[in-house]
Amino acid sequence: MAGSKKIQFSEKAMAYVRELIARYPAGKQKSAVIPILHLAQAEFDGWLSAPVMDYVASLLNIQSIEVYEVASFYSMFNLKPVGKCTIEVCHTSSCWLRGAEDIIRHIEKKLNISAGETTTDGMFTLKKVECLGACGYAPMFQVGADFYENLTIQKTDELLEKFRKEGKRQTYCNHLVDVK
Amino acid sequence: MGKKLLLDKVGVAGIQKYDVYRREGGYAAVEKALKALTPEIILDEVKKSGLRGRGGAGFPTGMKWSFLAKPPGVPRHLVCNADESEPGTFKDRYLMEKLPHLLIEGMITSSFALGANTSYIYIRGEYAYIYKILETAIQEAYKAGWLGKNILGTGYDLDLYMQIGAGAYICGEETALLESLEGKRGNPRIKPPFPAIAGLWGRPTVVNNVETLMAVVPIINFGGEAYSKIGIGRSTGTKLISASGHINKPGVYEIDLGLPVEEFIYSQEYCGGILGGRKMKAVVAGGSSVPILPTELILRTAKGEPRLMTYESLGDGGFATGTMLGSGGFIVMDESTSIVKNLYTFSRFYHHESCGQCSPCREGTGWMEKILHKVLSGHGTLRDIDLLWDIQQKIDGKTICPLGEAAAWPVASAIRHFRSEFEDFVKNPQSIQDVKHYYRLTGEKA
Ligand SMILES: Cc1cc2nc3c(=O)[nH]c(=O)nc-3n(C[C@H](O)[C@H](O)[C@H](O)COP(=O)(O)O)c2cc1C
Ligand code: FES
Repeated sequence: MAGSKKIQFSEKAMAYVRELIARYPAGKQKSAVIPILHLAQAEFDGWLSAPVMDYVASLLNIQSIEVYEVASFYSMFNLKPVGKCTIEVCHTSSCWLRGAEDIIRHIEKKLNISAGETTTDGMFTLKKVECLGACGYAPMFQVGADFYENLTIQKTDELLEKFRKEGKRQTYCNHLVDVK
Repeated sequence: MGKKLLLDKVGVAGIQKYDVYRREGGYAAVEKALKALTPEIILDEVKKSGLRGRGGAGFPTGMKWSFLAKPPGVPRHLVCNADESEPGTFKDRYLMEKLPHLLIEGMITSSFALGANTSYIYIRGEYAYIYKILETAIQEAYKAGWLGKNILGTGYDLDLYMQIGAGAYICGEETALLESLEGKRGNPRIKPPFPAIAGLWGRPTVVNNVETLMAVVPIINFGGEAYSKIGIGRSTGTKLISASGHINKPGVYEIDLGLPVEEFIYSQEYCGGILGGRKMKAVVAGGSSVPILPTELILRTAKGEPRLMTYESLGDGGFATGTMLGSGGFIVMDESTSIVKNLYTFSRFYHHESCGQCSPCREGTGWMEKILHKVLSGHGTLRDIDLLWDIQQKIDGKTICPLGEAAAWPVASAIRHFRSEFEDFVKNPQSIQDVKHYYRLTGEKA
């Protein structure tokens, strides 16, 4: 957990941080705060603790409050611990029209949690989210950076099984760093 | 069927890769622009094309570009709005996923026309996998000499960077987007000053939608005049439509503006008719923000003319009987759909996404969500319907940014066209499927 181990980005992540900062004019390094928070969330157990946010502030040479106020505004940043695998099911109009509620109810039953909760083994968190831009391929959910679309109950079961077997933390972020 | 301008090469295997894209004629617009044209000529072509912003507002792109301030010694920026979060809209995602180099080509051409040497693509955080596709394409373009210093030996320099968001619909509003790009909360700015005068880091900035910037490519390749010949009146060119809901063929379609709505819904080439052969009840034609219309008004205007997919025809009748083209998020609902429940999902969305700066929006969206929830759970009264009407009126036009209107219009139009359905809900909740469904879902007692 964050806190017990030293909060420090890996060499690879630091190289990416430097590259991000170079994308903006001198003195405008604050622009990198959102991508760096994504990175921090991925590196430090899937959520942003106060010490992690302080660390990001120190990297950018800005006040901690400037990081807190950003982290608390955007819905993809977790300010509390979450399961290894967060299942984000869209339930806005188009997905609702095509059966999103059935998928949500099924996952709730299967994992024995309500939306917003985490399973006791810390494996899954279920979240209801608003439109993810997959309305034509509804119902759908996002896990990490990947979209799973045209879901059926059967497909949902298979996916849950797959995530459980893999057992790894799913993040939005590998996709950002792996390119280089 | 019209000619595809953006999607004509979408079926070519490997078109995401630079080599294939180039072999298929890609980057010709950049070559032409940088070598044979001047920024003034490009601006003129864009003006002639009649292109209007594809992000939702439909503002003429050439005019927007001509407002860009050019104080000497101050850098200018072009920012691509790839935040796409309006419910019902998924065309930018499709375009970027399938044709990443078309966006880069459009951005180089447009940046050159605007005299920008550093440009950004701001993409919503949830599209992380597309971030990777675009980042890869940008690296390819640098390697091939289309980005960086002294492009094609013309002396023009351009750096293009990706910027990722983190989940906030409001960051699609252009000034909120700029705040976010500066590393802040996505609170929209008071305008004026407009971004064209003081945008990113206070510098003159143009913000354009993904599809708008892509459309610049065929405009340069074929000429603004040729582009303006497609479509009807002030609705020129092609438009990408995201079709979802109760239709046989949901997906993204490129249409010539001017296509009859009826043909779009029922022809096999597009939506393929209503799912299960059922009857259509209503359509939200341009993303969640635009007024919902019942079948008879979406297919024909109040004057009885066939409704066309143009800015003007969809808007015919104003809000009394018309709607808007908006972002082209086309959501179709069949006869089994509860308009009240659908509205609840929209109102919940706007409450969730309000940035909280302006009280009418912050408080009003919450009230609307709560009242709709009360109605859905069978506890509504007739007074609640009037209260909903009253609240939306008190948000409309009273906020810094148009999210207030975007939240108000769906409520107003649902009550305007489907008032009796709201009344049924409050008068006879026991007979309403959705109320029963609500109690089954929540386990609460009625
Ligand atoms: C609440 C709100 C959300 C918006 N979301 C988007 C969006 O996701 N994508 C977009 O291109 N424009 C969006 N817009 C419109 C932008 O403010 C702006 O008009 C647009 O990016 C300009 O580009 P265009 O002229 O090429 O359409 C939004 C506007 C508002 C008020
Ligand atoms: S409504 Fe679910 S992805 Fe758009």
